Amino acid sequence: MELVMAIAIGILFTIGVYLILSKILLRVVLGTSLLTHGVHLLLLTMAGLKRGAAPVLGNEETYVDPLPQALILTSIVISFGVTAFYFVLAYRSYQALGTDEIDSIKEVKE
Amino acid sequence: MNNLLVLPILIPLCTAVILILFKEQIRLQRGISVVSGILTILSTALLVTRVHSDGIMTLQMGGWVPPYGIVFVGDMFALLMVMMASIVSFAILLYSFSSIGEQRERYYYYTFFHFLLVGVYGSFLTGDIFNLFVFFEVMLISSYALISLGGTKLQLRETAKYLLINIVSSTLFVAAVAYLYAAVGTLNMAHLSQRIAEAGQGGILNVIAVLFLIVFSLKAGLFLFYWLPGSYGAPPSAIRALFGALLTKVGLYAIIRTFTLMFVNDTSLTHSLIAWMAAATMILGSIGAVAYKDIPRILNYNVIISVGFVAFGLAAGTGDSLNGVIFYLLHDMLAKGLLFILGGLIISAAGTDRLSGMGGMIKKYPLLGWMFFILTLALVGIPPLSGFAGKLLIIRGALDAGMLTLSLIGLGSSFMVLYSLIKMFRLAFWGNEPERELPAVNLKRASAVAAALLVLVIAMGIGADALYAYVAQAGEVLASPAEYIQAILKE
Repeated sequence: MELVMAIAIGILFTIGVYLILSKILLRVVLGTSLLTHGVHLLLLTMAGLKRGAAPVLGNEETYVDPLPQALILTSIVISFGVTAFYFVLAYRSYQALGTDEIDSIKEVKE
Repeated sequence: MNNLLVLPILIPLCTAVILILFKEQIRLQRGISVVSGILTILSTALLVTRVHSDGIMTLQMGGWVPPYGIVFVGDMFALLMVMMASIVSFAILLYSFSSIGEQRERYYYYTFFHFLLVGVYGSFLTGDIFNLFVFFEVMLISSYALISLGGTKLQLRETAKYLLINIVSSTLFVAAVAYLYAAVGTLNMAHLSQRIAEAGQGGILNVIAVLFLIVFSLKAGLFLFYWLPGSYGAPPSAIRALFGALLTKVGLYAIIRTFTLMFVNDTSLTHSLIAWMAAATMILGSIGAVAYKDIPRILNYNVIISVGFVAFGLAAGTGDSLNGVIFYLLHDMLAKGLLFILGGLIISAAGTDRLSGMGGMIKKYPLLGWMFFILTLALVGIPPLSGFAGKLLIIRGALDAGMLTLSLIGLGSSFMVLYSLIKMFRLAFWGNEPERELPAVNLKRASAVAAALLVLVIAMGIGADALYAYVAQAGEVLASPAEYIQAILKE
């Protein structure tokens, strides 16, 4: 299972980096989103993929470590907010600058 | 009574939430902001005196005993940073009343301002590395909003860049936390320090340490600062002052915390890397500060130079230089806040940010000119002013550690600060007035704020001895992590 996860993380990272390096703002936003998801999977895998009961006292003997899931949940919320902001920003810059290509955005003067 | 520790986070948080309700009543927003600023300063002053007499305060969230729950730690270093940040941000708040403009005020400027402060104070006070990430994000998301507030073309362009850099570095931050959790199985910083010491900080932990260094350097502008001059130059001057004074300091604080508390057992790789990055930062920052002729860029490169200088003090790592780092950080927050306010005043008085279009302002604004001059001396480190003690301690500590080359670079960078700011002083205040009509602006209120900050800069220099008692207490914790661990884990 760890191997599958490692490959999945690798693929997400690759696509994320590829999209971030592309020249269209929309793709960059999607790239950051994929990159964050890769990291979430990384967090889950690094903490150890365990099976067991929910971490509630008095149920069974083996429990799942709840901490990485709490961390991922927090991180997902943050990434959701940031991605939403980035989309709005990309849309606003498309309206104001009249382009969504990184190269022509760079040349924009005040 | 340790619950008091949450006040510096709670007060701005509640203020920000309340301010959302009063979108149209700008005067009311200002009033509430001022009250909240004063309350924060008072509560942190109270905390500082308590920690001075009783030692490190800890607050366990929800009663979860460390290392399980999230813990807030008020040691002297963190609290001094919070106190200085609250004073500087209060001054910037007052400055923004007269400079930010009604349009931006109506679009929740003060709300974002206070949310940003929540992130800054929280990053200083937290004792849990993932919680540090969360407060970083609180701070960064507010800064994204502030940097793009108003939506000029320049701001939109720079925000897109700033956002991308910070998302990537935050992603790396989570990855580093993941690796760290895999390697040592804890997130509490005191517990981490203990576990890493037990594990002996081998190869994998060194790699994680370097990953953390990269992440925090991106935020602090240590060597990886190429996004900084452009992005910090885009928003209006009050926001620029806020960023220049506080944001890079939070990154630096995280670097200092990480490399004096957690990764201290094998300093050969990490600390020499920090030393090289510090040298490169000072040199490149100096080149930038000298090269440009518009005020925002000169000031932003000055921020970068001081980041390099603080990192250099950390790399030296002796008791003296660590005290110096704390002293210099406190001075730098104050002085950089003031520098950006004065820079903003100069820009609004001249109606342009290019030095080539300025001149002869000393006749019309003598007070502004001399304040700028005194501040320049303080930033360079002329004795009775606030920059001196920190620089002296850092250089002395570094010479004790045998870092001659870096000390020379550090001193050289001070000359570059002097050169770049004096050039700005000369071109803006001396010479002939430009032909064109200067805008009629009323700088009285903003000048009063600047004057008050300048009094603090002078007082901090003259009262360095009194402050040193507090700084030494803070430096002690940095020099020996055992004290910090003891206070949190209480074994």
